[in-house]
Amino acid sequence: MIFDFSGTFARWPELAWGAATTIGLSIMSMALGLLLGTLGAAARISDHRALRLLPTAYVETIRNTPLLVQIYIIYFGLPALGIRFTPPVAAVLALGIYSGAYATEILRSGIQSIPRGQLEAARALGLSRWRTLRNVEAGQALAAIYPALMSQFVLLMLATSLVSAISVTDLTATANDIQGLTFRSFEAYLVVAAIYLALTFALRGVLSMLERVLCPFKFVGR
Amino acid sequence: MFQTYSLVHVEFLARAALWTAALAAIALAGGGVGGLLVATARVSRVRPVRATAVAFITVVQGTPLLVQLFLAYFGAAFAGFDVPPLAAAALAFTLYASAFFGDIWRGAIEGVPHGQWEAASALGLGRLAALRLIVVPQAIRPAIPPTVGFIVQLVKNTALASIIGFRELTRAGQIVSNVTFQPLAVFLTVAAFYFVICYPISLASRRLEARMGRGHVEPSLI
Repeated sequence: MIFDFSGTFARWPELAWGAATTIGLSIMSMALGLLLGTLGAAARISDHRALRLLPTAYVETIRNTPLLVQIYIIYFGLPALGIRFTPPVAAVLALGIYSGAYATEILRSGIQSIPRGQLEAARALGLSRWRTLRNVEAGQALAAIYPALMSQFVLLMLATSLVSAISVTDLTATANDIQGLTFRSFEAYLVVAAIYLALTFALRGVLSMLERVLCPFKFVGR
Repeated sequence: MFQTYSLVHVEFLARAALWTAALAAIALAGGGVGGLLVATARVSRVRPVRATAVAFITVVQGTPLLVQLFLAYFGAAFAGFDVPPLAAAALAFTLYASAFFGDIWRGAIEGVPHGQWEAASALGLGRLAALRLIVVPQAIRPAIPPTVGFIVQLVKNTALASIIGFRELTRAGQIVSNVTFQPLAVFLTVAAFYFVICYPISLASRRLEARMGRGHVEPSLI
C-alpha cells in the first residue's frame, strides 16, 4: 500500500479543465433551474386549478425518480423521438430540469412565508400587484429562501458528477480518464474528491458574500 | 442479438428493483447505527471527538456520492481486498447515510431545550445517560419527518451503484436497453419503478411533517 500521486498530479491541466467544466455546468444548470423554478412557483400559487396541477406533477415526478435515470432518458431515450442533444446540452437540460423541481418548492415556500399583513399594507398604500411583487415580496422572499437556495446550489454542483456517465468531461470523468491511464485509481479519486471539497468551500464562500449584496437588510445591526 | 421489449424484460427489471430495495435497506440499517454514533460524537463535550464528527460530515456532504463510491470500490482494491460491487456500494452508502442521518439527528438533539440537560445533570445522570434517557426520546419526534425524507434520497441514490457495476434497477435498465434498443421505453419503466417506491415515502414524510409541525429543507439532492 504505497501512494503514488505523481501520475495524477502530472495531469493537472486536465484536472483544471475538468473543474472548470464542473463549475460551468453548475452555473448553467442552476440558472435554468431557477428559471423553471420561478415559472413553477408562479404557476403553483396561481388561482387556476389546472395551472396549479402542472407544477405539482413536475415536482413530484422529478423528485421521486433518480437524476441518473433522468439523464439516461434525455440522452439515450429522447433520440427515439428524433430529439437529439450533444452530451453537454443533455447534461445541462437534465440538471436544470432536476434542480428546477427543487427550486419550485423552495421559491413557493419563500413566497408563502411572507405575512399576509405585508400584502394588505401594500394594497392599502395603493401599490399595484406588480409593484407589490417587486418592491415588497421579492426582497423578503429572497432573504427567507437564500440559505436553502445556497445549499441547493452546492448539492447541484456535486450532482454534476453524474454527467460523467454520458461522457461529458467534467471533474469526475477526468478522474476516470486518469485512472485508466495510470492504473492509480484510488489516488486519482482522492485528488478529485479533494478538489470537489475545495469547490464546495469556494462556492459557499462566494454565495455568502453575494448574500450580503443581495439581502443587505439581513445584516443590519450585526 | 435483438429482442423486442416485452413483459419478460419488465419482470427482469422488477427483480432488479428488489436489489435496489436491498441496497437501500442495507444503507438504512448501516446508516442508522452509524448516524447514531456520528450524532452522539457531534454533540460530545470532548473536543477531538466533536471535531472528528464535524470533519466526517463536512467531507461526506462536500464531495459527490459518485466519487465516494469510486473511492470505496478502488480503495478496497488498493488495500488489497477484492470486493464485489455490492460490498463496495454497501460501504459507501453506509458512510453516506451515516453522515446525513448524523447531521439530521444532531439538529433534532440540539432542538431539545438546554434545561433538559441541566435537569438531567441535577438528577445525577451522566452525559451519555442524559442523552439516552432524557434528550433522545424528546428528539425522536422532530427527527422523524426529515429522516423519512432522506430515505427517499437514499433509494434514488442507489441508482449510482449501477456505475460501479452493481446490478440493481438502473443497471438492469441499461442491460435491457442494450438488447432491445428501446432506451426510452425501458428507462421510462425504470423511472416508474423508482416512482412507485419513492412516492409513498415522500407522501408519508410530508404527512408526518404536517402532523408533527416544524418545517425542514430537503437535506439532499444527491
